[in-house]
Amino acid sequence: MATLRDVKCGETVKVLKIHGQGAIKRRIMDMGITKGTEVLVRKVAPLGDPIEVNVRGYELSLRKADAEMIEVQ
Amino acid sequence: MSLTIALAGNPNCGKTTLFNALTGSNQFVGNWPGVTVEKKEGRLKGHKDIIITDLPGIYSLSPYTLEEVVARNYLLNANPDAILNIVDGTNLERNLYLSTQLMELGIPVVMAVNMMDIVEKKGDQVHIQELEKNLGCPVLEISALKGTNVMKAAEKAIQVAHAKRSVPIHKFDAEVEETLEQIEEQLTGVAKEQRRFFAIKLFERDDKIGEQLSFSVDVENLITKLEDKMDDDSESIITNERYTYISSIIEKCCTRNSKGKLTVSDKIDQIVTNRFLALPIFAVIMGFVYYISISTVGTMATDWTNDVLFGEIVPNAVDNFLNAINCADWLASLIQDGIIAGVGAVLGFVPQMLVLFFFLAILESCGYMARIAFIMDRIFRKFGLSGKSFIPMLIGTGCGVPGVMASRTIENDRDRKMTIMTTTFIPCSAKLPIIALIAGALFQGAWWVAPSAYFVGVAAIIISGIILKKTQMFSGDPAPFVMELPAYHMPTVSNVLRSMWERGWSFIKKAGTIILLSSILVWFTSNVGIVDGHIGMVSDLSDGFLAKIGSGIAWIFAPLGWGDWKAAVAALTGLVAKENVVQTFGVLFGFLEVAEDGQDYWGTLASSYTPLAAYSFLVFNLLCAPCFAAIGAIRREMNNGKWTWFAIGYQCVFAYAVSLCIYQIGTLMTGGGFGVFTAVAFAVLAFIIYMLVRPYKQAHTLRVNIKSVKS
Repeated sequence: MATLRDVKCGETVKVLKIHGQGAIKRRIMDMGITKGTEVLVRKVAPLGDPIEVNVRGYELSLRKADAEMIEVQ
Repeated sequence: MSLTIALAGNPNCGKTTLFNALTGSNQFVGNWPGVTVEKKEGRLKGHKDIIITDLPGIYSLSPYTLEEVVARNYLLNANPDAILNIVDGTNLERNLYLSTQLMELGIPVVMAVNMMDIVEKKGDQVHIQELEKNLGCPVLEISALKGTNVMKAAEKAIQVAHAKRSVPIHKFDAEVEETLEQIEEQLTGVAKEQRRFFAIKLFERDDKIGEQLSFSVDVENLITKLEDKMDDDSESIITNERYTYISSIIEKCCTRNSKGKLTVSDKIDQIVTNRFLALPIFAVIMGFVYYISISTVGTMATDWTNDVLFGEIVPNAVDNFLNAINCADWLASLIQDGIIAGVGAVLGFVPQMLVLFFFLAILESCGYMARIAFIMDRIFRKFGLSGKSFIPMLIGTGCGVPGVMASRTIENDRDRKMTIMTTTFIPCSAKLPIIALIAGALFQGAWWVAPSAYFVGVAAIIISGIILKKTQMFSGDPAPFVMELPAYHMPTVSNVLRSMWERGWSFIKKAGTIILLSSILVWFTSNVGIVDGHIGMVSDLSDGFLAKIGSGIAWIFAPLGWGDWKAAVAALTGLVAKENVVQTFGVLFGFLEVAEDGQDYWGTLASSYTPLAAYSFLVFNLLCAPCFAAIGAIRREMNNGKWTWFAIGYQCVFAYAVSLCIYQIGTLMTGGGFGVFTAVAFAVLAFIIYMLVRPYKQAHTLRVNIKSVKS
């Protein structure tokens, strides 16, 4: 299973499914990462975590541990 | 007739600017009852009977964050007459997500699309009429910054407030709608226009909705049926449906020509959060803020207030006045040394704080603050803190009071409380004389004493962060780090100044009382005592009540190696201001006036305490409850008596535990005997280690009890 964590900087992927539950899953989806959304991975923070992605036309940062919950194509 | 209009919208969409434009200077700033979330209300310019309530900036109405629960409880219980929903035109999709939820509440909504000038500059278009048609509510184009159409939006909100309440028109997938309809049928006790909101929340299994309903309904069967069919949990089904609906209308409402092009903001970000440049740039910016607000301008202003204004000008004037009216000596002393010194202590911090808040407001409104969290998150999240905790701690090395106040920029409640509790562990400038005293008197000015004090402070923050995030008090707050990095933009002068003043004023108001009262109390207990069987003024500090209290509690500190009453009294007077510790020792050793680092009595001190006991005394004073001014700031930021006491109590207990371990285990290692307290020290050490390594599970639901937010 490929997750958002494994995506290289500069690549655009499509979201297949969000795993996990509760507050974190809801937050990720509230911010616009839902099934079928295109996500562009912009960069990794200087210390290696979190990552910055572009979704629905804006910039979002999330931790790699949370990015792992997002299954992508 | 008076009306209430709630202002709702995402963070960073210009909501504060709009609120300021609508209300001008007619604002009341406070907190929502019992929580740390800030609440602002104001009267609409030119309409005395119309109140605008500024809701916290939120992305959704989920039950998981404090801000969102505060906002939805307000909308449901206080039932405002209309909602003015401000949306960021450059970011329409995500902003409309909140709008679809607001429209379900059954309260008339007016939508104001902000930042249209940026949309146009990018070459994009937003079709207002299409939006209006598809969403079923009035939509206006505004510019909060320039004030364009701002009053028109408010007038539109007044207009719809008088109109009949209508039901939302957006529809989800047919299967979802069918289930929602079946749930709605059971909600006969709910007003017709609110039914959809409750039905959706019940469908989502929202754990905070039960409190809002006067009756219970069982819809579990319906939910599981649809969940099985759609192979997803109900919460995700709804979220998906909302975004699917938004995507379906966005094509009609928005024309995008700029896709894929880099904006100015993107280009700035490529440099500012660049893998190699980010940390140096961050260091330079922090260095600059620190240099201006702590090293130069801020301190100069504060020194002037303390030394000149409240050190000479005011005392001299009051002195002349008191002499002229022949005031009694004790009263003059109370006024001079108690009240004026106390007020001075409060106001002395204000100039420095204003300078700092000025910079913080700029960093926040230009968008860099979010990048600080992005850059520093990796380090700080391990201790249960936010990347933004860096600023309070950095400022804390200068003074803990603005340090604690700087925690206001952290939006997550748990991170903020944790930062407030740990910031004062960092040795502030007022603790430096204590360090100089102990290093000079007991360690022949050894180079390692001062760095070790900072090391102890940082270690205390790390250990406390790890321990605290696993405790009952903190584990009930899920803190996902999924954060928007807003586009950079120029801050406006008026917003920056307003934010600076609001924060400074709230310190004067809230923290001021606590500082003033405790200064008077300490003045009273140190200057009044039993003289010849009567209560009266004492000429020597060692005869006063404070010294008696100190002697009474000195035994508590015996296991720490300094159970001598002088040290206990010195620690007590440190509550007024930490540098007092040095002065108090001087007075108690019989010196009238001592140098800042107490050089005059180094010899006496060295003969009274062992180096180990002195180091334990130093550590205790570094970590225990901070001065009254910082306690006042903690009280202001926690906005809750229980949490303030928890913070102060924790700091004292932690300081005691660490000093105990240092003294007892140190004594054993340097050849001392093994006593009862050595065993206690090992037990304490084992307990701390257990607390550090025990497993920890992040909560999935918000376990904060929020009193029903009425107004």
